[in-house]
Amino acid sequence: MGVSEIYGRSDYAIIGSLVEPGTRVLDLGCGEGLLLSWLKENKNVNARGVELVGAGVQKAIARGVSVYQGNLESALEDYPDGAFDYVILSQTLQETRHPLKVLQGMLRISKHAVVAFPNFGHWSMRLAHLVTGRAPQTPLFPHEWYDSPNIHFLTVDDFESLAQKQHWRIERRIFLSGSKEVTLLPNLTAEVAVFLFTAS
Amino acid sequence: MITSSATVTFDSLDLDCGVTLALVDCAYETYGTLNTDKSNAILVTHAFSGDAHAAGEGGWWGNMIGPAKGFDTDQYFVICANVLGGCRGSTGPGSTNPATNLPWGMTFPVITIGDMVRLQKKLIDHLGITRLLAVAGGSMGGMQALEWAVTYPDHVLAALPIATTTRHSAQQIAFNEVGRQAIMADPDWQGGNYYDRRPPARGLAVARMVGHITYMSDESMREKFGRRLRSSDEFEVESYLKYRGYKFVDRFDANSYIYITRAMDIYDLTQHGSLPSLFENIPTRFLVISFTSDWLYPSYQSLEIVSALRSRNCDVAYVNLQSAYGHDAFLVEVKEQTELVGGFLKSTLREATVGRK
Repeated sequence: MGVSEIYGRSDYAIIGSLVEPGTRVLDLGCGEGLLLSWLKENKNVNARGVELVGAGVQKAIARGVSVYQGNLESALEDYPDGAFDYVILSQTLQETRHPLKVLQGMLRISKHAVVAFPNFGHWSMRLAHLVTGRAPQTPLFPHEWYDSPNIHFLTVDDFESLAQKQHWRIERRIFLSGSKEVTLLPNLTAEVAVFLFTAS
Repeated sequence: MITSSATVTFDSLDLDCGVTLALVDCAYETYGTLNTDKSNAILVTHAFSGDAHAAGEGGWWGNMIGPAKGFDTDQYFVICANVLGGCRGSTGPGSTNPATNLPWGMTFPVITIGDMVRLQKKLIDHLGITRLLAVAGGSMGGMQALEWAVTYPDHVLAALPIATTTRHSAQQIAFNEVGRQAIMADPDWQGGNYYDRRPPARGLAVARMVGHITYMSDESMREKFGRRLRSSDEFEVESYLKYRGYKFVDRFDANSYIYITRAMDIYDLTQHGSLPSLFENIPTRFLVISFTSDWLYPSYQSLEIVSALRSRNCDVAYVNLQSAYGHDAFLVEVKEQTELVGGFLKSTLREATVGRK
């Protein structure tokens, strides 16, 4: 099944479809605020964001989105409990220093959490590693090992297992290959996984 | 750009020190047109040495206020007033005390940032505006923007405190004290009674020279002056500071310098409660801006504001803009601030019009 795109990103479209209208949304690592401004215009959400890179923050604020320039891991600590309906972490979990702390922090300040991450279990990764015997480099993980922003590599099954251990309730799971949704053997076939979950 | 300039006199103004001032002048200018439902008014608050002339030829924020600028006068009605204690049309120590018919001098009561804002509120009431779209200012202007949001939260939709703080650090107080001491050490100061004779020009000029050093950064001074010589026995930077210092004397009153810097030093937003508690339930949106090379109002001071706002889940945008210009950056970094302020105001206006959830 094909998935529509927002600003050329199918994960944005999926996240956009998960968020209920009129809610309070925080996007961690929101870049230039594209997703947030889309949500603001199309879903009338109260949109907030955190972004470390100044140029992104400037563009986001110029777009009318309330973005705070700071490190998302320490930023989480300031917000009061239950401040949001959705906290989004798109394509950033694998770059965080303490992913579990981040995920727990997200659930502390929000009813729902949404994470999207590249699936390290995708067959192309496994194959690249097997064949080359080197740190895999694929279109999904294009960086050399020494200048990759990714410091934690996880698979669909890794996330499922963590959720079970933490007693989180996964409300939706959506798997993408390119801009197509996949359902069969997601740990092998999904390039990007999107999870909507909540504290049990 | 439609511009007007006026002075309004209020019967009285209650001050934080307990004194009630009678017959208080407030000099102000406006740019643009107030719309019929009076919902497009923005109060711009000036920094320590500024005045009501914010826009147009020679305006202190002329690069930010005007048609198609950050504060777009084709859309917004921009107001700027000289602060209480000033010397550019509003009542200050150089004004005549109605009780004695003599200049106030050092008998002028101690004033605060809160008093300045109270006078501005009277002006806004006088103009028939119940709710400002925004209050914006840098440095001491930022203190006033913060004070507005905390004191009159229902009358301000958005606050833009730029390169500012909720309270001066020891370092900031120290530099102001050097300025005050320079003025008071000038024999012409005469305890503040100099209005019928020669003003303390040398002291005021030195005070201003110190000020200018704190507004720049090591990098911007190196770039602007380096070790270049103006003449065989004078560095470029010396000549610049003297020029700035003596030019300042023509437009500024030494006693205003003392009173206004004192108001900045004693300003402490947290004296009314912890910052988070002050921001509790404030509906005002915030855009906080600091600058990387501003060592006079370092970014940690802006971050204190932002963290407190976030801890109360207030609507706040914050950016630490890259700049080499030091504290002067808020007057100089036009391109970035134009985009930021323009976008922020536009979304504030849109949300005010459609209403938020």
